[in-house]
Amino acid sequence: MKLKKNIATSESGFIFNPATGDSFAANPLAADILARAKEGLNPAAIKADILARYDVAPGQLEKDWDDLLAQLRDFNLLD
Amino acid sequence: MKLPYERPTLRKLTAGALNKFGPRAGARAVTAIDGVAVDELVARFGSPLFVLSERQLRRSYQAAVRAFGTRYPQVQLAWSYKTNYLNAVCRTFHQEGAWAEVVSGMELEKALLNGVPGPHILFNGPGKRRADLERACAVDAVIHLDHADELHLLLDVAAGRPQRPRVALRVNLDAGIVPQWDRFGFNLENGEAWQALGRIVASGQLELVGLHCHIGTYVLQTAAYGTAATKLAALALRCERELNTTIQYLDLGGGFPSTNTLKGAYLPATDTVPSLDEYAEAITGALLGAGFKSGELPTLVLEAGRALVDDAGSLIGTVLANKRLADGRRATILDFGVNLLFTSFWYDHHISPTREFSNHTEPTVLYGPLCMNIDMLRESIALPLLAPNDHVLVHKVGAYNLSQWQQFINLRPNVVLVDQAGQVHLIRAAETLEYLQQLEQIPAHLQ
Repeated sequence: MKLKKNIATSESGFIFNPATGDSFAANPLAADILARAKEGLNPAAIKADILARYDVAPGQLEKDWDDLLAQLRDFNLLD
Repeated sequence: MKLPYERPTLRKLTAGALNKFGPRAGARAVTAIDGVAVDELVARFGSPLFVLSERQLRRSYQAAVRAFGTRYPQVQLAWSYKTNYLNAVCRTFHQEGAWAEVVSGMELEKALLNGVPGPHILFNGPGKRRADLERACAVDAVIHLDHADELHLLLDVAAGRPQRPRVALRVNLDAGIVPQWDRFGFNLENGEAWQALGRIVASGQLELVGLHCHIGTYVLQTAAYGTAATKLAALALRCERELNTTIQYLDLGGGFPSTNTLKGAYLPATDTVPSLDEYAEAITGALLGAGFKSGELPTLVLEAGRALVDDAGSLIGTVLANKRLADGRRATILDFGVNLLFTSFWYDHHISPTREFSNHTEPTVLYGPLCMNIDMLRESIALPLLAPNDHVLVHKVGAYNLSQWQQFINLRPNVVLVDQAGQVHLIRAAETLEYLQQLEQIPAHLQ
């Protein structure tokens, strides 16, 4: 997952794409994931951290991770 | 202890005009029905599950009686069997004092089995067969005549009977709404109804006791009922005057809406549907001002169905899966489809989660489990981030779903009634494959 460099994110989950003017609301977990991705953490580390902190099965997380990627692609937020 | 998990999601923000009618953010969880936890109901009776509230059935009935009975001296409700003919539902209304309004021989027998006396059964419907008419005559039900062929068939059935069958004439009329329902009964404006009334009285073989009309369904214009009541009352007075026949009751039919929102409506029905009091005011005002002599007002009969039962029914279902459609929209597959929720073709049903979520929602397409493209329950609904095995609750499903549901692809599920003390009763057991196949026969060469 590699966010476009110009995408602005906030801790509250507000996401802004200055190239298109589109803005998005991320729920807390999505905001957390995007912030870590911007910090440069790799997906495996982010997922391990989520599994350690949240009540979720690995399989469910994998499925939802793929879905988040699909959303990011669909919204044109990935490089 | 780990944090509760909610799948990561993004929602595109779209700017639009402010709407003072905007709903609150997030869907409110409904965790219990009449004090019985949804999780407990599912654990005991499975999912999907229809749940009927006896308290709400009685409350709706009493509200209707109050709306009309406080404005008019003689009011009689006749429970519209086709709206929901589960016996427990029918008997609840009969306990409250409702007569039965039936539209087929099968419904007539159901009403009799539910203990309704024949004279308290109003037999409507456009498709009565000779055997149905003979049975109705035998039990002294009131036959609401729909067309001339039926009138002549009944005259034939009545010939030689010791007692004259009691009849009412179904009348269709212009109540000022479009479309004008003219497929039921005899038309008023073109003289057909008057001609039929003359024939009934002249025959000497039938006892004319009532006039009936049913102007439509989910009629939102209360004034239309006032117009219909005025015209029906004028016809009754003409019967008295010119045919020397006293009309004992005027039946204004049903068609009163519930607060389910019709597809395409801009505002929710809770904001737009008139109250039963407004319908009552229109109807009783017209009758009281029609010119009947003091003490000679005909009984007002109403065949309410949807308005009595819709609010009392809920459908609990379970999320089977989430997926994303080609255009990026979220789709959720539930364990019930249009085969159980027939009214999803007409309504944007209100659907709630049954546990608390964060207030993040996602526009979602709701599909049923049927392998059919038409199996769509909501084209777009803002729901929290439901996960597989989460439950949802569909509100106000008591009308028509439990009589029009189909055994299609899946078997039909349990139906329970929560009584006024909070006890849960199974009132229709889930179907089995054995039940489904018991009427089938396999030819010898295929065995």
